[in-house]
Amino acid sequence: MLKVAGIENGIVLDHITSGKGLKIFEKLNLDKLNTPVVLLMNVSSKRLGTKDIIKIQDHLDIDLTVLGLIDPNITINLIENSIIKEKKDINIPKRIKGLFKCKNPRCITSVDDYAEAEFTLVPNGKIQYRCSYCEELTEYKL
Amino acid sequence: MNLLGRHLIDPNDFTLEEIQQIINLGLKIYHNPQNYTEICKGKILGTLFYEPSTRTRLSFESAMLKMGGTVLGFSDANTSSVKKGESIADTIRCMDDYADILVMRHPREGAPLLASQFSTVPLINGGDGGHQHPTQTLTDLITIQNYKKEIQNLKVAFCGDLLFGRTVHSLLKTLSRFPGISFVLISPEELRIPYHLKEEMIQNYQVEIIETTSLDEHLPHIDILYMTRIQKERFFNEEDYVKLKDSYILTRKKLENSKEDLLIMHPLPRVNEISYDVDEDPRAKYFQQAKLGVYVRMALMASLLGVDI
Repeated sequence: MLKVAGIENGIVLDHITSGKGLKIFEKLNLDKLNTPVVLLMNVSSKRLGTKDIIKIQDHLDIDLTVLGLIDPNITINLIENSIIKEKKDINIPKRIKGLFKCKNPRCITSVDDYAEAEFTLVPNGKIQYRCSYCEELTEYKL
Repeated sequence: MNLLGRHLIDPNDFTLEEIQQIINLGLKIYHNPQNYTEICKGKILGTLFYEPSTRTRLSFESAMLKMGGTVLGFSDANTSSVKKGESIADTIRCMDDYADILVMRHPREGAPLLASQFSTVPLINGGDGGHQHPTQTLTDLITIQNYKKEIQNLKVAFCGDLLFGRTVHSLLKTLSRFPGISFVLISPEELRIPYHLKEEMIQNYQVEIIETTSLDEHLPHIDILYMTRIQKERFFNEEDYVKLKDSYILTRKKLENSKEDLLIMHPLPRVNEISYDVDEDPRAKYFQQAKLGVYVRMALMASLLGVDI
């Protein structure tokens, strides 16, 4: 059985649906960090059968907004001095900037660097966001 | 209600009271234009037309000239620094020093909103792609007010290109906020209103909407018919355009069973969707609509400039 030590300070993303860990790793740009990061895939889990886990050492300030769009089952644990200091809930973000692009090819955001779309969640039960510039709805897909 | 210094990018930027205030002022100017010939003396309108326009640009220019102001700008992006690759932000940063108020038309949706973020003077959206055209909406509303006396309790039909028609989108969004308005949306299946707009109208305003492909079936029951052109320039391929271009043609004969006080509108330009014999019908008001557009734009610019009236 593979064993990975716990971290003293940092973030543990637990209960990631198996197969989504690598995508999350990429979306959070974890390859850009210069501290230890561990991605565990297909770890056995009582709740999920198997799961992925990501452990990020020495960083507590990573923007995790995108997680709500990818996998609402994820548990976020903030670790300090080897103890879980805080558990964070995952929510589907109501407003988003910079995580994805407007799908409308006629939108000004597709050609002008000054225009960065801010997206607002539409309360229609689907994960659809309205672009602040052209109002087109974009559905987030991993 | 103070409109001084404000931008008009989306019709929802103004409250219904503010819209009504502009319409009322527009009608006041329309009835006595001689009283307003100098109210904008010394003011300059800057026109930034990145896309061709006849009526909108010239009605803005006419409106400013009728109030004693002057006009500068470009009507073709190819003759400006845009051709050299200048960004919208940089163009605006200079233009707002040259003019007291700006109007912008752009093929990209959301471009006027971006421009307004850099403008220190009021900026008006003169149409952005297939998105919004708020001053056409003011033109449409002043026409409805003038001929129907009030903007409420009306069954309004829109016919033609409801997918790409920015005049349709702006007017639908705005009329949804007035009381007792219901809609009949007549179009080919391919040109129905955008999903995001329908969602917004239903969720925010709970308006009654009928979507149909039949014009004839609904003609006898509506109070306003808003015809639109199938816009060749919005199609990516000619084949799709040719297939749909003659979907609806309004003729005098078709109007036989419609209401006596039906109001027939069109944002113009017209191609063939209203046959010329309808022009003689007293219910056809699209040319008066274009005329009223000048007066409502006078009222809008005077309000945004905060001139003494």
